[in-house]
Amino acid sequence: MPAGLLGIEELDRAEIEAILARAKDFQPIQSQTVKKLDTLRGKMIVNLFYEASTRTRTSFEIAAKRLGADAVSITASGSSVSKGESLVDTLNTLAAMRPDAIVMRHSASGAPHFLARHLPTPIINAGDGTHEHPTQALLDARTILDRRPTLEGLRVAIIGDIAHSRVARSNVHLLSKFGVEIVLCGPASLLPVELGQLAPGVRLTTDIRQAIRDSDVIMMLRVQLERQHEASFPASEYFRFYGLQLKHLDLAKPDAIVMHPGPINRGRELSSEVADFQRSVILNQVENGIAVRMAVLEKVIG
Amino acid sequence: MPIVIKNGRVIDPASNTDRVADVLIVDGRIAGVAPNLSSPRAEIFDAAGMIVAPGFIDMHVHLREPGFEHAETIESGSRAAAAGGFTSVCCMPNTKPVNDSPTVTSYIVERGRSQAVVNVFPIGAITKGSAGEELAAIGAMKAAGAVAISDDGLPVMNARVMRRAMEFARSYDLPVIQHCEDLNLSAGGDMQEGAQSVRWGLRGIPAASEDAMVARDLLLAELTGARYHVAHISTRHAVAMVNHARHHGLAVTCEATPHHFALADQDMAPYDSNYKMKPPLRSASDRAAVVEGLAAGVISAIATDHAPHPGSEKMQEFERCPFGIIGLETALALALEELVLPGKITLNRMVELFTTGPDAVLRLGRGTLAPGAPGDVTVFSTDLSWTYDVNQSFSRSRNSPFHGRTFRGGPVAAVVNGQFAWKRG
Repeated sequence: MPAGLLGIEELDRAEIEAILARAKDFQPIQSQTVKKLDTLRGKMIVNLFYEASTRTRTSFEIAAKRLGADAVSITASGSSVSKGESLVDTLNTLAAMRPDAIVMRHSASGAPHFLARHLPTPIINAGDGTHEHPTQALLDARTILDRRPTLEGLRVAIIGDIAHSRVARSNVHLLSKFGVEIVLCGPASLLPVELGQLAPGVRLTTDIRQAIRDSDVIMMLRVQLERQHEASFPASEYFRFYGLQLKHLDLAKPDAIVMHPGPINRGRELSSEVADFQRSVILNQVENGIAVRMAVLEKVIG
Repeated sequence: MPIVIKNGRVIDPASNTDRVADVLIVDGRIAGVAPNLSSPRAEIFDAAGMIVAPGFIDMHVHLREPGFEHAETIESGSRAAAAGGFTSVCCMPNTKPVNDSPTVTSYIVERGRSQAVVNVFPIGAITKGSAGEELAAIGAMKAAGAVAISDDGLPVMNARVMRRAMEFARSYDLPVIQHCEDLNLSAGGDMQEGAQSVRWGLRGIPAASEDAMVARDLLLAELTGARYHVAHISTRHAVAMVNHARHHGLAVTCEATPHHFALADQDMAPYDSNYKMKPPLRSASDRAAVVEGLAAGVISAIATDHAPHPGSEKMQEFERCPFGIIGLETALALALEELVLPGKITLNRMVELFTTGPDAVLRLGRGTLAPGAPGDVTVFSTDLSWTYDVNQSFSRSRNSPFHGRTFRGGPVAAVVNGQFAWKRG
């Protein structure tokens, strides 16, 4: 299997630390007037997005360009996909054009893993179904580490639709490898008990207050209506019981930060006040996304 | 030409036989089992050190003909069966058109006679088009050769329709075989619901979807007095419920597949569709209950649920791939390796599960070496080392999770109606 990045689960702590350290090197570049390096000059990256995405696709594209690589983005609609071509055939066609990496998002869990078995090109997973979103977890860790000396010993609450969240799974794998105490919280229909076995150090609760109490980091997840194949909870009362409100923040550590992978739904999973709260780091996450993806692209292609 | 199979260990559970002897087959029928048999002009097969058993019956296969010949044909499937040591197969009705009429049943019987190297017995649909609504022509299909009815691949969801089907089937003395799955509980699922599905972000099929249907059907079997058979049983609760029903005298039986006694969800290769089937590979405790059920006699038969799908259909995103794997060529080897060699069941019990067990459900008049019985014989070895190469399979499809596995023990020859249908090369 070519070296790509399919998930956090397969990475060890040293590999993650290396990416996070390299991302830190790339942070200052984001605010320079000239933001372009030539590390990957002459390299070609294909962004293949089978699912709508603004921030992740743009972020990968910018990361590639800031490293001097060329990037081509393809979205599923309007491509051969809509003409009925199979995933394997599409990827084989793209691989024949000899890109140096394929960045891929797909609504099916495991789609990049399946392709990695059949393709010579390294694949970077930009989110597969409800499985993993490794670069999101890496940028979340980078964002936390910008505010804390270490991940070790932190208490992180992840709240929302855990069952359908690839962000939650990747974060659990990453944080667990660093000895973080992780509390997953949501209504029971979105919180299968087997999540407790995902990695060491994971606890589950259906009570948002318990989840937030004494936490250092509160990660809110988007309510993924597009992945709800049936009504897993009555939407009308979701915010009342699982939406993050200012009053909840008193339960957390005084310097606790609020994170969200975006796009945010004000009034659904967090109140507008929380979104604009001074210790909300949502935009820092976006900014770190580019630095982290530069580090990942450099690791995979460089 | 007569056949004499010499010096094998003859295991024939129907006659309580387990001794070294010769088996003589003349004019397509068993002529005798005794030491030192001979017949002029007979073909001699030396089975010294091997087991000689009544021809194995697989009561659950999909031969895909008519309608899906790109995946399998009656001819190719029958060759795979023979190479797996099976001499009879019963084919499920989910063809195109569905086998829900005597016309289709007769077509399959005719194709079986002219194309197949093993005996082919069709199973008719319970409902028209297996749509679960209107009963198929059950009596007429039986007259045309159907040995059971089932909507396999789909369950009969409507309890009232199932009740009527059981009543009709009882009138014609046919068993009703149910694919037990509450579709509302399993909807959208791709694998067993559990730690593994949660880890991989795949949608789960809870064991309760099978249990709920088995529970309902057992009540209907009691209500109607029908002969009822659970296809590919896979959960511990379902095995316990069937056991309970049998103890209470209901005419209830069940079968298990090799993959359900050999594998659990934790054995799956990530996102490899060769591990995707219905019912899904269950939890380790479900698997243990299936093994226990086979040993204790709750489960009457090993059946493969041989389900060929062409490579193009299995080479997709896991959630898009169809359910099912091929299994005819690996069933016997898996039974030996997973059940007999570890001491979970005896060799005699294994032969029962392939012969008298399914015959008792379907009443084919086979599965025995009694003089005058059809000349179907399976020869196999318990110490033959061989590696399964799915690319050499007689099946038209290649969807097996056992590709590349080296087995200890396996089929050596299959005699069907007095002729060799297959010999290990």
